Amino acid sequence: MELVCPAGNLPSLKIAVDNGADAVYFGFRDDTNARHFAGLNFNDRSAARGMEYARAHGVKLFVAINTYPQPSGWPRWTAAVDRTAELGADALIAADIGVMDYASRRHPRLPLHLSVQGSATSHEAIRFYAERFGIKRAVLPRVLSIRQVTQVVGNSPVPIEVFGFGSLCVMVEGRCLLSSYVTGKSPNTYGACSPASAVRWQETATAMETRLNGVLIDQFDRDESAGYPTVCKGRFRVRGNVYYAIEEPTSLNTLSLLPQLQKMGVSAIKIEGRQRNPAYVGRVARVMRAALDECRRDPDGFSPRAEWLSELGQVAEGTQTTLGAFHRSWQ
Amino acid sequence: MTGGTVSSATGADAHAGAEGECGVRRLALGPVLYHWPRDVMFRFYETMADAPVDVIYLGEVVCSKRRALTQTDWLALASELEVAGKQVVLSTLALIEAGSELGAVRSICENGRFMVEANDMSAVQMLAAAGTPFVTGPGVNIYNSCTLEVLARCGLKRWVMPVELSGSTLHDIHAGRPPGVETEVFAYGRLPLAYSARCYTARARNLPKDQCGFCCREDPDGLLLRTREDEAFLVLNGTQTQSARTFTLAGELADIGAQYFRLSPQSQHMSQIIEFFAARLAGGQGPACEPGRLYQYMPTGPCNGYWNGTAGLQQPAGACGDA
Repeated sequence: MELVCPAGNLPSLKIAVDNGADAVYFGFRDDTNARHFAGLNFNDRSAARGMEYARAHGVKLFVAINTYPQPSGWPRWTAAVDRTAELGADALIAADIGVMDYASRRHPRLPLHLSVQGSATSHEAIRFYAERFGIKRAVLPRVLSIRQVTQVVGNSPVPIEVFGFGSLCVMVEGRCLLSSYVTGKSPNTYGACSPASAVRWQETATAMETRLNGVLIDQFDRDESAGYPTVCKGRFRVRGNVYYAIEEPTSLNTLSLLPQLQKMGVSAIKIEGRQRNPAYVGRVARVMRAALDECRRDPDGFSPRAEWLSELGQVAEGTQTTLGAFHRSWQ
Repeated sequence: MTGGTVSSATGADAHAGAEGECGVRRLALGPVLYHWPRDVMFRFYETMADAPVDVIYLGEVVCSKRRALTQTDWLALASELEVAGKQVVLSTLALIEAGSELGAVRSICENGRFMVEANDMSAVQMLAAAGTPFVTGPGVNIYNSCTLEVLARCGLKRWVMPVELSGSTLHDIHAGRPPGVETEVFAYGRLPLAYSARCYTARARNLPKDQCGFCCREDPDGLLLRTREDEAFLVLNGTQTQSARTFTLAGELADIGAQYFRLSPQSQHMSQIIEFFAARLAGGQGPACEPGRLYQYMPTGPCNGYWNGTAGLQQPAGACGDA
C-alpha cells in the first residue's frame, strides 16, 4: 500500500519525503483546494521546488483541485488544472465533474484521482468517473465500515485509497453544508470548513466560548482545553442534554486495520492534515511508514506497537483516536 | 420551455403552473424526509392528490432501515397519484453504504415506468448506463454549467440546484445551460445540510444505530438541536442533518428563472403552504400573499441566506427572532 502524505507548505513536503512518503499531495494558494487557509499551500515557485525535491527522492506528487467551481470562478479552476499539467504532477485529485471533464479533454495524459470530496461511496459511483474521465484511483469518504470498504474495493473498476490517519469528517465529504449554513463558506464552495475569519474565541467570567459567525459552538471550563469551533464537533442541547451531539473531537487512526486493508486490496493510505505543521507530518509519516513496512513483511503477525500509538496519540485532535466508521459500532 | 421529455405533466395546467418569462412554472412536492408511520404517510398523499402541485417525488431518501412503506407500496402510490394527474418521480437514497442499498437503488432505477430522481452518483451511473432519462436531487453536486452539460449528455432532464448555491449563481449557470435541461429550486422547507453513516437521532437516545428502535418516528419534523444559549440551530433527522430554520423563497419567486419550485414536506400545514405558493405563482397579491404569512407555519422561523449568497441561516429581511 502506498503512503500518501499531506503538505501544506514546502517544509512539510520535504519532511514527508524524508520520512517515507510514497506520494505527497498539496494544493495551490486559493479556493481551488479544500484546505484554503491563510499562509498555507503552494505558489508556482514553491510547487516547482517541491516537485524537484520529490523527483530527486523518487516520490510522487499529487495536486488537489478538489472544490466545486461556480461559473464566476471557473477560470481559476481551469488555470489550476493547467498549472498542474505544466508542473508534470503524477496526478490531479479532483471532485467536480466539470473540472474532471476539462482536465480529461485538455490534458488527457494527466492522471486523475477522484477526491474524497467527490463523495463516491459505491463502485457504481466510481464507475461513473472511470468510464467518463478515465480516473486512475478513487479516495473513499470516511463513512464506510470495513465490510463496506471491502465490497467497494472488490467491485471497483479502479484502485482505492482510504484515509489512515487524521481529523475525522463524520459527514460524507463533499456533501456537508454545515459550515456554509453558519458562515456562508463551505469546503465545496470556498475550500474551508468553519473558516478562521468567522471564528471568535471569547473569554467570559467562568468559561471560554467558541463562536462561529456569532453562533455558540461550545463553551469550555477553565480546566478544559478549548477546541476549534467546527460545527460538527460542538456541544449542543438535544432533548434537554448537553453533549457532543454529532461527534467528539477525535482523530481517525487505522493502524490496527492495516493488515485487513492490505489483504482486501486497498492501494493507498492517505494521511489527512495539510493544515497541520511539519512536525505533525513528519511524525505521522514516520510511524505510518514503519507500520506499513512491518505490515507488508508480516501481515499475520502484525499488531500496532505501543510507541506508534503513543506517538500518534500525541498529535491526534482531542488527543484521542478512533476507528471511525470502519468499526461498525461507531455508527 | 425546453426539453418536454420530462414533462408528461398530465393535468398540470389545471394546477399552479403560471406563465412567466421562462415558460410554465410549476410546484413540486419533494420526498418526505422524515420517518412517518405508514398510515400517516398514506393520509398525507391522499391529501396531496388534490393539492395544487404538479410533480410529486416519492420514496425514502434518508435511511434504508425505514420501511414504513415497501417498494410495492411506493409504486402503488405512484400509480394512484398519476391517475390523480400528478407527474410522479421516484427518489433514490442519498447515501449508499451497503450492497443491499445499492440493490434497492437499482430496482428503483429499473422501474421502467416512472422518472427517477438520482440522489447520489451511484444512481446517476446506473441511469446513465441504461440510457434512462433522469432528474438529479439537491445532493448531487452541480455547481457549474460544464457539470450540467456532462450530465445532460448522460440523460439528465432536470436538476435540483444544490441548496447552498445563490440566485446569482443560478443566473450564471443558466447562461450556459444545455438545451433540454430544466431547473428546479428548493423553495420551501428545512434544508438538507449533511449526511453521515452515524444516526444522530439514535445517538441522542444513547442507542446504537443497529438497535435504533426506529426512534426517529417520534420526531415527525426531526429532532431539534439547540445551542447552549438555547438558539434553535439544527435538526437531527436520523443520518441526515437539517437546518432548524425553514428556507423560503416565497418573497423571491417572481424573479427566479426556474421551471419548478420544490416544497419539502413537513408534518403540519402542508396544504396551506402549497396553497400559498400556488397563489403566489399565479401572481396573487395582497396581504394573503405576503411572504411573511408563511412564517406561522414554520416550526422555528425562516431563513434564506443561501439564496442571497450569505450564511444559510440568515433570515429574510423583516423576519424577526427565533421560535
